[in-house]
Amino acid sequence: MTELASRPRHTRRIGALRLGVRSMVVAYLGAFVLLPLSAVLKVGFSKGLWGFAQAILTPDAIAALWLTLQTSLAMAAINALLGTWIAYALARVNFPGRTLVNALIDLPFAIPTLVTGVMLVVLFGPQSSFGLWFGEHGVRIMYARPGIVLALLFVTLPFVVRTVQPVLYEMDIANEEAAITLGASPFLAFRKVTLPGLWPAIRTGTLLSFSRALGEFGSVVIVSGNIPRRTLTAAVLIYGEIESGRPEAAAAVSAVLLAVAFMSIVLVENFQRGGLPRELA
Amino acid sequence: MSLREPGVVVVWTDSIRPSAAPSGAGVSVRPRGREWSKLARRAVLLGVPLGYLALLLVGPLIAVVRGSLADGIPAFFDAVTSPDALHAFLMTLGMSGLAIVLNTVFGVAIAWTICRDRFVGRSLLGGLVDLPFAVSPVVVGLMAMLLFGRHGWFGPLLKQAGIKVIFSWPGMALVTTFVSLPCVVREVTPVLEEIGLGEEEAARILGASPAQTFLRVVLPNIRWGIAYGIVLTAARTLGEFGGVLLVSGGLAGKTETATLLIYRQLEERHDTSAHAVAVVLACVSITILVVMDWLKRRRDRDLRDVGS
Repeated sequence: MTELASRPRHTRRIGALRLGVRSMVVAYLGAFVLLPLSAVLKVGFSKGLWGFAQAILTPDAIAALWLTLQTSLAMAAINALLGTWIAYALARVNFPGRTLVNALIDLPFAIPTLVTGVMLVVLFGPQSSFGLWFGEHGVRIMYARPGIVLALLFVTLPFVVRTVQPVLYEMDIANEEAAITLGASPFLAFRKVTLPGLWPAIRTGTLLSFSRALGEFGSVVIVSGNIPRRTLTAAVLIYGEIESGRPEAAAAVSAVLLAVAFMSIVLVENFQRGGLPRELA
Repeated sequence: MSLREPGVVVVWTDSIRPSAAPSGAGVSVRPRGREWSKLARRAVLLGVPLGYLALLLVGPLIAVVRGSLADGIPAFFDAVTSPDALHAFLMTLGMSGLAIVLNTVFGVAIAWTICRDRFVGRSLLGGLVDLPFAVSPVVVGLMAMLLFGRHGWFGPLLKQAGIKVIFSWPGMALVTTFVSLPCVVREVTPVLEEIGLGEEEAARILGASPAQTFLRVVLPNIRWGIAYGIVLTAARTLGEFGGVLLVSGGLAGKTETATLLIYRQLEERHDTSAHAVAVVLACVSITILVVMDWLKRRRDRDLRDVGS
């Protein structure tokens, strides 16, 4: 009641300017985001639910979606572990060059994903010394699954690090020190005291990297070799379907990717609402 | 139970902050073996992440630089100054520039609406803004084809008007703008929320017009957020590939951006020149990264000033 009364009146009056900006913003987002999205869904379902199911249940589409899911999950698991590890090292350990390493973490956001793919092929390709060494031991990195996972790891590196790091900075180091003082080993102290507070951030970062990885194209198209049913991911499959004049099939697979990405974003929002305040308080 | 003596606490603190110089008293109290296990722990704690970063980030970077110089330095310069390459760089710059202008103007408007306006459905705006980051670039290209392609929703209309969107620069500009739409909004929104309404209301009460308030009160406050958003947009748009690949039609010397040029050169087995162009793009990215780092510090300092 008092809050309402004390509020200046002009913030509640709708001026012509405000109305103008509002309609401009709504129109821009509607035309730019909502319209394209509805086009994909409309075309994806243009042949009905049965047509949609047929498009995503071809052997090629199933294999591509399954491969995308597998490689993204593998990436997410590695990212959750090593991303947290990197964040911990950056936040809690002093070492020469820390500022440089910290700045380096953002590199994958700045480097074009296509360039990422090119770089990885140069280093790990079959003709490189790495590739030759692994080839002698019967392991294929490029143009196979490990290459895809590697590319996804590069592209999504900042997500977990950058969500976990600020939480570590906010967190009181005293609790961990107290645990160690009371006789816990540093690892036990980390696991029992620090890690529980990091879980929401780790989950958020991992989910963000997962949803980013699902649609990754630029780097994957270079490193995967694109062998249908073997190393062809969903994004590359969509590209192929468009190029061969089957927009309905492309839109159907796109709808699946969009749905999975959307679900992980919703999960992130839920975690953020339920999880983060405790640490940030 | 009584607290332990302070000296012991210091020693144990050192074990989790290994770089801090151990206090003299602590070292004499502790047995030697503990020093070694401390060193080993530090080696593992740092060695694993640094080794991983070296292998994943630094190694490939060095490898591509070496690859681009495989035919010597003159060949490198020939590759990046060929007419196709120069045109591709110009094209990339043009697309980035267009996206930056559009996304800055509308981005600030969107951020302002999200923070300051109140109407039904406003909370949906935030989700809509983030959407382009969740959509695969290839799907963005597909969206553009479905809307503006020959058989697309607006295809016949555009044909009548004689406007070419797909396989031409307007389509590429649309895709580039779409993928980088959230950059400015995401950076400006938190700043607007942080600075609050106080100064704006004071200006309004003292008789400033809305335009004056925006230009002289709001804009100076959010300038670093905008700058950071612009740099992010630049980074995101320079590297745009999937969407542009679909809508450009890949006409060399006409609709070819830098990333498309790299892709074509790889397909034509001109690996060295592809690597050379990739190195140029990587250098631009690293420059952007340095600018980003500097801006982040400037912005954080400004935020602190506002907060105090």
